[in-house]
Amino acid sequence: MDEKEIYLHTEHLAVGYQKPLIEEIEIAVARGEILTLIGPNGAGKSTILKSITKQLSFHKGIIWIDKKSLTQMSGKDVAKKMAVVMTKQIHSELMTCQDVVGTGRYPYTGKLGILGREDQEKVWEALRLVQAEELAWQEFSKVSDGQRQRIMLAKAICQEPELIVLDEPTSFLDIRHKLELLYILKQMVREKKIAVIMSLHELDLAQRISDKVVCVKDGKIDRCQRVEEVFAGNYITELYGIEKGSFSEKFGTVELPQVEGAPQVFVIGGNGSGIPLYRRLQRQGIPFAAGILHENDVEYGVASSLAVEVVSEQAFEEISEKTFQKAVELMEKCSRVVCTLHSFGTMNGRNQELLKLAEGQGKAEEK
Amino acid sequence: MKGKKQKSYVRYVLAYCFLLSCLMLLILWNINAGSVEMTMGQVFEILLGHHRQDMNYQIVWDIRIPRILAALILGGALSVAGFLLQTFFGNPIAGPFVLGISSGAKLMVALTMITLLGYGVGINSWSLILAAFAGAVISMGFVLLVSARVKNMSMLIICGVMISYICSAITEFVVTFADDSNIVNLHNWSMGSFSGMNFDKVKIMAAVIGIALLLSFLLAKPMGAYQLGEEYARTLGVNILFLRMSLIFLSSLLAATVTAFAGPISFVGIAVPHLVKGLLKTAKPLVVLPACFLGGAVFCLFCDLIARTVFAPTELSISSVTAVFGAPVVIWLMIRRHDRSA
Repeated sequence: MDEKEIYLHTEHLAVGYQKPLIEEIEIAVARGEILTLIGPNGAGKSTILKSITKQLSFHKGIIWIDKKSLTQMSGKDVAKKMAVVMTKQIHSELMTCQDVVGTGRYPYTGKLGILGREDQEKVWEALRLVQAEELAWQEFSKVSDGQRQRIMLAKAICQEPELIVLDEPTSFLDIRHKLELLYILKQMVREKKIAVIMSLHELDLAQRISDKVVCVKDGKIDRCQRVEEVFAGNYITELYGIEKGSFSEKFGTVELPQVEGAPQVFVIGGNGSGIPLYRRLQRQGIPFAAGILHENDVEYGVASSLAVEVVSEQAFEEISEKTFQKAVELMEKCSRVVCTLHSFGTMNGRNQELLKLAEGQGKAEEK
Repeated sequence: MKGKKQKSYVRYVLAYCFLLSCLMLLILWNINAGSVEMTMGQVFEILLGHHRQDMNYQIVWDIRIPRILAALILGGALSVAGFLLQTFFGNPIAGPFVLGISSGAKLMVALTMITLLGYGVGINSWSLILAAFAGAVISMGFVLLVSARVKNMSMLIICGVMISYICSAITEFVVTFADDSNIVNLHNWSMGSFSGMNFDKVKIMAAVIGIALLLSFLLAKPMGAYQLGEEYARTLGVNILFLRMSLIFLSSLLAATVTAFAGPISFVGIAVPHLVKGLLKTAKPLVVLPACFLGGAVFCLFCDLIARTVFAPTELSISSVTAVFGAPVVIWLMIRRHDRSA
């Protein structure tokens, strides 16, 4: 990937209320890029965003926007470059959605703030972009949360910014509206070459939409990197201090903690067929073992998160005798065996032997 | 799409026409009504400058018309002051009376009058406005101190009402023990009344309030953004400090001027802006501000008409009439707000 020209960046920034909460913040975002702040609750994501949007004065350092220092820009100049969508609801007494979007024209209208023909066109264009034209004449306070966030996004676009800052824009939205909002945001970023800085709670969404991810923890910026680098290894688990359960960096999914104890059930799975059973056993509080799974099997991650022990074979290798024996030993200790597979292939043929063995011992059960 | 836009303009025009016709009607009715009977024909002739020697000519031009103009200007000013305060606090039940600003102004005016009379110095309108403004600003200061510490809207109003009671109590005390005969007038005034107006006073109030209204109107754009919430207004580039200071200054000046001339008048500041917003179906300051002025004028002319005529020749205090019509609106507002938040 080629390096784009940086639009906003910070130098030695220290933010906080009475005393600095987070120091040495160094973040940078280019136009057409989405930078997402993630981190545990109370880490100071909102505090950083408030400082960038001039809601809060910062303690130290410089914020550069388009090669100018934020502190030296007038409120109006900033408003022409940066639009903000906050978690705090706006007061919208007797305002239609179209009125709310129209407020984004503030930096451009005359002394009395009357919207001209051109302003009206911008309002409609923004409504079109967020696919909310049919909401234009509805009262803002009466539309749903998902629609409201889209209108707020339209208001931000209407401000014709080069940078949009959003503080947890997907909170309170259901999954459909979360996806919709982020999809629209992504399209806009591409189309209008807008730089975006936002905070998100949803790691899975952050992983998919962001170009860069900034991790905020313990009074410092832990990482400001490409998304691929952040979602690697056990980093997220450490960042949030996840103790109960686990987070899969590859898929952005979570699992509850495994049930500890001697395994009672041995699951012969593979190809994802075992996942529902693993989760059910976890819910019922029954410790279990799983095998024999290839390490590139889709269910390998879930199995290793939930099972007490997993017998696994290297990817793309046939099941070796050693592995097979290990599985047999483990199966002996379990009182029940369940096979979720219906057919076996050349690579996992030995699982069929395992099943036969269990049937011989009278342990095999229908799932 | 365009059709809907035009529909809201039509609504604005109709609402303004409605308010203006009410105003004209009430002006005529007020000129005509009173303890001295006159026919409509006589009134028109007098207005056109006939019958200069007639006693009725004096009654119309020296008593009724100044009083009508005062009620019109002061009523409008009070309603605009209420709208400014509601915008400032983001609170629909804020107003100069409930926040104790009118009472603060009243106290300072009473003290100034008594002191000046005690030294035998003449009182003019300007010194009264100045005293009222000082009182209004002091009360406002207290309210702001409270609002900085408690974010709860209801608490703010309760504190305002308390300040109002304290100021009224001190005023009563001062008035009761002052021994000048002029105090009788003061007592009348401290209850709120549009009586005793003349053209000199009207000119002064028109000048002060005219300027304050013009300045308020010029703030319509940032006020509109401020209504969304302080944070959003800031991100749109509004100079928050300047706007807040201006709103405090203008609302205090408007409320103080009204109090200096007519005493404290209750509920106009809360009720009228809400009725007007309901009528226009918008809260945009650009549209609402002038309508608030008209609405306040209509409301006060109507209330003054009742105050003067219902128990004539005994005159009711204007505040008791405005309370009868204004307080139910406030109660309704509070119930509706509660329903929405529930």
